[in-house]
Amino acid sequence: MAQLLIRNGIVIDPSESLEARRDLLIRDGHVETIAESLRVEEAEVLDASGLIVAPGFIDLHVHLREPGYEYKETIESGARAAAAGGFTSICCMPNTDPVNDNASVTGYIVERAHAVGLVNLFPIGAITRGLEGRQLAEIGEMKMAGIVAISDDGKPINDANLMRRAMEYARDFDLTVVDHCEDSHLAAGGVMHEGEYSALLGLKGINAVAEELHVARDIMLAELTGARVHIAHISTARSVEFVRQAKRRGLPVSCEVTPHHFTLTDAEVHRRHYDTNTKMNPPLRSQADLEAVLEGLRDGTIDAIATDHAPHHANEKMLEYDRAPFGIVGLETAVSLALNQLVHGGVISLARMVDLLSCAPARIFKLDRGTLRVGAVADVTIFDPHRMVKVDVAQFQSKSRNTPFGGWELKGAPVATIVGGRLLWPRAQTERRIT
Amino acid sequence: MPLQRKDLLGIEDLTVEEINLILDTADAFRDINLRRIKKVPTLRGKTVINLFFEASTRTRTSFEIAAKRLSADAINISASTSSVVKGETLIDTALNLQAMAPDAIVIRHSAAGAPHQIARVVEAAVINAGDGAHEHPTQALLDALTIRQHKGRIAGLKVAIIGDILHSRVARSNAHLLSKLGAHVVLAGPRTLLPFGLERRLAPSEGSVTFADNINEAITDADVVMVLRIQLEREAGGFFPSLHEYSIHYGLNRRRLGLAKEDVVVMHPGPINRGVEIDSDVADGPFSLILDQVNNGVAVRMAILYLLAGGGE
Repeated sequence: MAQLLIRNGIVIDPSESLEARRDLLIRDGHVETIAESLRVEEAEVLDASGLIVAPGFIDLHVHLREPGYEYKETIESGARAAAAGGFTSICCMPNTDPVNDNASVTGYIVERAHAVGLVNLFPIGAITRGLEGRQLAEIGEMKMAGIVAISDDGKPINDANLMRRAMEYARDFDLTVVDHCEDSHLAAGGVMHEGEYSALLGLKGINAVAEELHVARDIMLAELTGARVHIAHISTARSVEFVRQAKRRGLPVSCEVTPHHFTLTDAEVHRRHYDTNTKMNPPLRSQADLEAVLEGLRDGTIDAIATDHAPHHANEKMLEYDRAPFGIVGLETAVSLALNQLVHGGVISLARMVDLLSCAPARIFKLDRGTLRVGAVADVTIFDPHRMVKVDVAQFQSKSRNTPFGGWELKGAPVATIVGGRLLWPRAQTERRIT
Repeated sequence: MPLQRKDLLGIEDLTVEEINLILDTADAFRDINLRRIKKVPTLRGKTVINLFFEASTRTRTSFEIAAKRLSADAINISASTSSVVKGETLIDTALNLQAMAPDAIVIRHSAAGAPHQIARVVEAAVINAGDGAHEHPTQALLDALTIRQHKGRIAGLKVAIIGDILHSRVARSNAHLLSKLGAHVVLAGPRTLLPFGLERRLAPSEGSVTFADNINEAITDADVVMVLRIQLEREAGGFFPSLHEYSIHYGLNRRRLGLAKEDVVVMHPGPINRGVEIDSDVADGPFSLILDQVNNGVAVRMAILYLLAGGGE
């Protein structure tokens, strides 16, 4: 019987309203006991003195690129990046090649993840066949094969009637609809946020209204259909306000924010002189938008932190700003950014951060995770809120290095990642003296 | 005194002193262009590559003449003959050129920021000859030189820039440069083609940059009216209904020019669309400096090459 004792850490589990020094015993992959002091014979012991022990972090929004674009990322490299970044579960978007719009692709992803045997991988199925925005994908079949939500992420659904049908249909399968909110016509050709900096830099802008139109539409459709709607990577002040109002009215709407949207603004494109690692969609927004996002994190409007981990090969990011692909990697910097920017920045508490990264994501996709209550699957993230780290892209487990955060010094870092009672990270025995 | 910088990527980060140094140097080089033998040995042994990813006759020729009059070896590479068509990335193209050890690379590209990306990876001086809708610093410098020659000063002048400001690198570079030198720049055009907010991100200066409500307001009492070329594809892009309507409501004609100061001068970065953004009788009129601009272009580019490509050693 495999036993792992995590001693002396501060256990923070918002799902159990727990924040106290505790010993945590894991047995056969599940939480066995949490108590003030445990003495256990024949258990592997992790000394977590000075560290935070939390239910495993869940990233609702990653792109793993397999099948189809394995030169950017594979299920294995992405899972390893997740483990290194403190995530025990990741949810992968369907924009692979072939698209995850049918049960056989879902099955392939689930099998690959199982063979890799690292973090939990929960696939998100496409809403429409081929992400083409025309005809619903076989959502029921994909649910049987293991999807936990549906989304055409990256390809906004401009047809409101189709979105309505998708929401209605998703209800029959108890699936959350995740939407990349963007009016394609309004955003057409844009490569950064439309504002003072796009005007200065001569780059085509994406107006905030492009996002806000679809956020408003989706909220109204959620009310109409009763479906659970999750707004991906929320980025503008008015989007946050729309979600705040929707929640006040009790609508089944949730949203996530990425670390880059709560850390950087469009000024970064100017400061870094067209560095293509500042190009993502939604784009880095204005200072006012960033402040509204922080307020949304503070007051609970924003439910979750998700990375939108989007690996791209260095060659692709070496293109002109107009031609370079959107997106940055995020799995290996998210926890440090959340700690540095949000906790040490005085925006939220540690408990709220754990909720944003674990409990809430589990609730949004109805995952059997995000808690350390006795009997739960023992997915645990251990982090040090005070450890200073310098982001070193050369050390990334991800295959890609496209991040604007290289060289940043951040306070706080993930220390150990435990999935189903197995210590995945750090990997080597010699690295396991985790304090 | 050479410029204390490796590249000329835009006007935005130039100081007033640097701008004046370039203009004064250009003034000195104008004399060479009036000589019978228009060649000096200043850049002998230096190599200048003109890397043009976008069609251009005037600017490329102007740089080529400037390099040759300074005795540099000038090589022209256009996108159609380079490896770009083979799928080579921008950075690879730049690194390959760098391997040939040029002293300066003049780059024209349809993508904003391309010269900045190249400048980061090459040792040669990179000179921006126009990047997308971002900047066209040598055009603004030659415009400033032209204004200075005809008005004796730049500070305090009202300069109206009319047309497609949104897509215009000439407008952006001039907004930076003329406001730094104390002019009051007023931008006007169809509302669909105005990049509002630009004025709030310019460096604090003696001058100013504002948007006018309409083009008559911009032209009224102007010392200089600068007309921008309207790209014919903007009509298809839905920015305005037709070129016909554009010429009526936003084109510069005699009547509108009457709103300006009596000694107004008219400028245009070329090439002009006669009868669209500017009437022929204005373009060819006595207040038109369009050909002076072209003439000054060579002197300004000689000055830039001299100041950046080691001529100041």
